Amino acid sequence: MSGHSNYEPKTGIERWLDARLPIIRMAYDSAIDYPTPKNLNYWWTFGGILAVCLVVQIVTGVVLAMHYVPNSDLAFNSVESIMRDVNYGWMLRYIHANGASMFFLAVYVHMARGLYYGSYKAPREVLWLLGCVIYLLMMATAFMGYVLPWGQMSYYGAVVITNLFSALDNVIPGVGTAVTTWLWGGFAVDNATLNRFFSLHYLLPFMIAGVVGLHIWALHVPGNNNPTGVSVKSKADTVPFHPYYTVKDGFAILAFMILFAWFVFFEPNALAHAENYVPANPLQTPAHIVPEWYFLPFYAMLRSVPNKLFGVIAMFGAIALLFVVPWLDTSKVRSMRYRPAARIFFAIFVVSVLVLGWCGGKEPDDVVIAIGRDAAGDPTGLSVTVFSRFFVLYYYGYFLLVLPILGLREKVLPVPDTISTPVLSHGGSALPTGATAEASKKG
Amino acid sequence: MLRNALKSALLGAGVAGLLLAAGGASAKTKVEEPRNGHFSFEGPFGKFDQAALQRGYKVYAEVCSSCHAMNLLFYRNLGQPGGPFFDPKHPNPNDSPYAKAISADIKVPDIDPDTGDTIQRPATPADHFRAPFPNEAAARATNGGAYPPDLSVIAKAREGGANYIFSLLSGYAPPPKGLTVPAGKYYNPYFPGDLGSFWTGPKDQVPKGGFISMPFQLTPGRVTFDDGTKSTTEQQAHDVATFLAWASEPKQEERKQTGLAVMIYLFIFTGLAYGSYRRIWRNVAH
Ligand code: HEC
Ligand code: HEM
Repeated sequence: MSGHSNYEPKTGIERWLDARLPIIRMAYDSAIDYPTPKNLNYWWTFGGILAVCLVVQIVTGVVLAMHYVPNSDLAFNSVESIMRDVNYGWMLRYIHANGASMFFLAVYVHMARGLYYGSYKAPREVLWLLGCVIYLLMMATAFMGYVLPWGQMSYYGAVVITNLFSALDNVIPGVGTAVTTWLWGGFAVDNATLNRFFSLHYLLPFMIAGVVGLHIWALHVPGNNNPTGVSVKSKADTVPFHPYYTVKDGFAILAFMILFAWFVFFEPNALAHAENYVPANPLQTPAHIVPEWYFLPFYAMLRSVPNKLFGVIAMFGAIALLFVVPWLDTSKVRSMRYRPAARIFFAIFVVSVLVLGWCGGKEPDDVVIAIGRDAAGDPTGLSVTVFSRFFVLYYYGYFLLVLPILGLREKVLPVPDTISTPVLSHGGSALPTGATAEASKKG
Repeated sequence: MLRNALKSALLGAGVAGLLLAAGGASAKTKVEEPRNGHFSFEGPFGKFDQAALQRGYKVYAEVCSSCHAMNLLFYRNLGQPGGPFFDPKHPNPNDSPYAKAISADIKVPDIDPDTGDTIQRPATPADHFRAPFPNEAAARATNGGAYPPDLSVIAKAREGGANYIFSLLSGYAPPPKGLTVPAGKYYNPYFPGDLGSFWTGPKDQVPKGGFISMPFQLTPGRVTFDDGTKSTTEQQAHDVATFLAWASEPKQEERKQTGLAVMIYLFIFTGLAYGSYRRIWRNVAH
């Protein structure tokens, strides 16, 4: 989409179209000829995997919507009837439900890749920001999708999340209540809420698709980052996207599909809650309200703060921080491959998020580290809530202290001059003409 | 490198996990872990035992159906592929002689098209399983205020699935000394609850389990099995749990079979893709 184009229309029709709408040129430049660093590892395949996830969700979602009934009396049974009476409906629904989990798994790997290799640094800030927008839209989409089957978790998940906005009452009395009433379309989560969630759940994925287009555009202007973080200096550093990365991404996508299929066909409900097979009942609050696994770290942050308003701020702040990462990190070196200290802080960051996820799935009063026992013989000691606070602090500390300060003080390892330098020192023989290198056709 | 970072991350997570496990998190309600029923339909290759499904249906029809509805099931489902009474000679479940015969014995409410009167007519394979009560209020009124839940998806709607149902139904036990059981309730170690306030024994020995409003149903010999299987409590509970697991997801056998084919296909395709990848990249140092 940018820079020099090597596309040469070969047939008359192609020439005719190229003069009017150079769409084949665009596809050629961005998916065939696009010069790509030749040292991308498997962490870079998750972009392609994410694109597949989005397409899978949209295709299965559109067909599900042909059979789904967005009505609070009928929704639950309509989802069950999809599973029982629609041809391959069970497959559609399990692909869609597990597809959301796979989508988040992939996006978390993709984001961690970006954080580790400094893919958010200049000149890729806009690319990173668009990624954060996609993530936000994904969360909204998945949350509203989860409400649609109208089981107990659907219903109480919607109640808990929409009620977060009532924390605004602590800022300006009345505003929070007004906002929640407006969100619900009534005075409780009900049919009106379900209907608007369905409408938005149908809409947002297409907005995601639009932002993905911008994301890829913003990728193709500066080009890919790579594991060294060193910018592409010459053609020797790159290979054409096709066939090199079509085949590598293709392989990774298929490997990912194996995991995906394993869930869909053999453990379709492993990532779900049994409680959501109980039809929604506004009069009976379930004992444990737990969100889907991909929201658990944020749920833990919400609950780690005793004050509701500040809990909500802690949670949304954690997402908001991602948007400003490019301006928090002061290091001139992109890749943590050459930042040994940063690597350790990053590893602890990943562990913190995982631990927060674990905390989010537990009851707030559960005891993590037992110190004594109470009269009933139950352990007493450090509760999940208190325990999670350390990791919330680290999460914030990582972005607000480590990234800004470390970059100014750390000792970095020598960074290679070009992408090809470390490659050569591995003993391989680089082709002199990277981007024009012919893929091996024989043998 | 990321690999190292990941290793240390995983290690850290592992250590954290151990610490947590050692700490021993405990929930407020204590309940007996469900027993393992070793059901034939478990695992990627699992299949339903059709004889067990037929016995299980009989238990449901003769015992459970007087209190529990199964509104998502139709009589035709009994004769569909994978169902309790499927017969390859009758691939269309609506023509299944079993589904027809079973439904014909059951009367369901309807409206007489000529007079508009409410009538009872014999069911057809296209009818929903008959509900025992016209509405929730009626169901509660006859069950001391408790509501017998619809059993259509019960195996998916409870942690532990078929194992839980099997354990619950066969797990009624005399209440331990020191436990006061309220009128109209029954002690069951597998049913979630909090017995602390009904317990007069030592505070740290509160029995596991809870009080359920469903009385013990499956006394030995309650249902006579047509195939001569001995009708013990265990056997009846096991069979009805099998039937309910099937009913919760009648397409699960089909799902697993499709899954095997999909897996074989994906493994071959992935292998080919890996081969192509290696060949295309072999001249590029990277
Ligand atoms: C006399 C009426 C009656 C009969 C017969 C009966 N049940 Fe129940 N059942 C109930 C009631 C009432 C409840 C609700 C119990 C409660 O919530 O305390 C219940 C609850 C259940 C539950 C849900 C337990 C839970 O975890 O919430 C299951 C499963 C169940 N019954 C299965 C069966 C099966 C299988 C049969 C046939 C073998 C059966 N029941 C026969 C009345 C009955
Ligand atoms: C970003 C892409 C999407 C994500 C992450 C997503 C996520 C989800 C989730 C988590 C559920 C609940 C699944 C369950 O537990 O049953 C769901 C349900 C549903 N979604 Fe989506 N979805 C996406 C795109 C779409 C699209 C594009 C459509 C329609 C055009 C759609 C239609 C539906 C319908 C009808 C349901 C209800 C049926 C069901 O619960 O299985 N989805 N979605």
